Amino acid sequence: MVARLLTPLNRYFRARPWLAFALLAVFLAVLPFIVGAGFGRGWVRVLDFVLLYIILAIGLNIVVGYAGLLDLGYIAFYALGAYLFAWLGSPHFGLHLPFWVILPLGALLAGLFGVLLGAPTLRLRGDYLAIVTLGFGEIIRIFLNNLNAPVNITNGPQGINLIDPIRLGDFSLGSTQAVFGITLYSPYLYYYLFLAFTLATVFIAMRLQDSRIGRAWAAIREDEVAAAAMGVNTRNVKLLAFAMGAMFGGVAGGLFASFQGFISPESFHLLESIMILCMIVLGGMGHIPGVILGAVLLTVLPEALRHLGDWQRAWLGEVVVDPSDLRMLLFGFALVLMMIYRPAGLIPSRQRKRELAAEDGVAEQEQASLYDTRA
Amino acid sequence: MTPAPEPRPDLLRVEAVCKRFGGLSALEDVSLAVREGEIYGLIGPNGAGKTTLFNCMTGLYDLTQGRILFQGADLARRKPHEIVALGFARTFQNIRLFANMTALENVMVGRHPRSRAGVLGAVLRGPRTRTEERDIRDRAKALMQFVGLTRRGDTLASHLSYGDQRRLEIARALATEPRLLALDEPVAGMNPSERRQMSELFLRLRDTGITLLLIEHDVKLVMGLCDRVAVLDHGRRIAEGTPVEVRRDPAVVEAYLGVEAA
Repeated sequence: MVARLLTPLNRYFRARPWLAFALLAVFLAVLPFIVGAGFGRGWVRVLDFVLLYIILAIGLNIVVGYAGLLDLGYIAFYALGAYLFAWLGSPHFGLHLPFWVILPLGALLAGLFGVLLGAPTLRLRGDYLAIVTLGFGEIIRIFLNNLNAPVNITNGPQGINLIDPIRLGDFSLGSTQAVFGITLYSPYLYYYLFLAFTLATVFIAMRLQDSRIGRAWAAIREDEVAAAAMGVNTRNVKLLAFAMGAMFGGVAGGLFASFQGFISPESFHLLESIMILCMIVLGGMGHIPGVILGAVLLTVLPEALRHLGDWQRAWLGEVVVDPSDLRMLLFGFALVLMMIYRPAGLIPSRQRKRELAAEDGVAEQEQASLYDTRA
Repeated sequence: MTPAPEPRPDLLRVEAVCKRFGGLSALEDVSLAVREGEIYGLIGPNGAGKTTLFNCMTGLYDLTQGRILFQGADLARRKPHEIVALGFARTFQNIRLFANMTALENVMVGRHPRSRAGVLGAVLRGPRTRTEERDIRDRAKALMQFVGLTRRGDTLASHLSYGDQRRLEIARALATEPRLLALDEPVAGMNPSERRQMSELFLRLRDTGITLLLIEHDVKLVMGLCDRVAVLDHGRRIAEGTPVEVRRDPAVVEAYLGVEAA
């Protein structure tokens, strides 16, 4: 039904790509105002987080979706980026470097740790790799939690406060600004910054996928031995995937730290890694529109479900089920349904779709070719 | 490079190679030499060590003893991707395509060692990268045509018929621009007409100047096609020579061709 309505629209815009781009640009530009007016300013913050999670999901998608390396410790790179920003831009060490110095450093640090994680796990695949990366994520978090003595590096579980907002000269994204006569609150300002980073991330990921490097990643995902036999340096190409994915995580972490102004190890729990992985799986592994949709849904839905408590109070007079419990329950339920009805994700990539749809056809074809060879 | 005096220098030399897996000896003192421009057959019964020798040559296994020289360069401790870069490509006995990539993409992966674009090139996509990409695509298409898969470019590799998958594997290996192409049972499971087409493909390959190393069970095909043949049995090379010589060799007749020759 929906598809029937969308097909003519799709055709219309395919013939006029510039129009589609213009509409999309206008939509993205006014989105925070629509959201702010319609749902309240708090939701603009949610919108900012949506963008951060899109960056994270696309970064992890490079590792998991493109190169097929299951990484359950991805949040550690986000944490590293965030802590680096906090160390270099807060009263904690008394350093206040500008963001355009810290963010690239954060990307480098995260990329370096990506290689550090990748190097010992080169021979591992699938479940085994997942376990090691999970351990890596936890190690980083536990370090952050405990590195407050004997030298106070991370300030332990209290986290680091008063992190500098992103600031260019006197223009700080942390306070309300008037731009061209429009009053913009801090979350609105960050929205545009994050949007720019998100678009850059999408661009880079798309270019990489459709390149010699992207094909080498896909080859490794499909068959590592054959990839090596085709001249792909599997070690370097895998490490590159880890490093590239980690760099996006590091940048997103830095943005997060300055946006939030406060970070603690709490924010970098294993569940976050799993959540980002879910975004990829839900939306459609290896396919950027799918990954974006997954990130949007899994950031917005939990926020929306928070209001379950209010609704219960309004209709039943009291909170019967704790909304946070219900949230996770519904969340799990949705994932199970997904795996049953749309195993390739909501917007699967062209290939994944064919792969899963054509399974019966292939079985028949295999039978036929077996039969042929006996002749 | 070997400055060899003879008109057809050895492209690949296997010298006294041993390979043991724990107590099991898979290859014992195997020596052979593949000359530039020939089709060289490697035959032997199941478990004779043919595929093991292939895996030793292409860097998947380390040798226990002996050495393997390709164009005079020792292949010991070289990784598979380095050996491909030297100009020595292979296919696999149990077809190993990139199942969920299209046929054309499979061949394009084969261009990896002959192209250069890195992350920056891929992201910025400057003129050099664009030219390189176009070249990769054009060559891949030409190779698809060469092996007879012209119209299958957009098909997923896993959706191709068995024979086409074999052809695609050859096209993919050719994309790496090998001087020596090693084919592990390329016509296994094919019917006679497909076999004929494949032999014709091998001859065309030799005509383009590529040396072929062929593992095959089908003795008739090997004898008809190969310039020279080596016979492996229980991990030992029991004979090497022209098909006619090998066919007459008493050790071969006893070990392998006995039934066939009777």
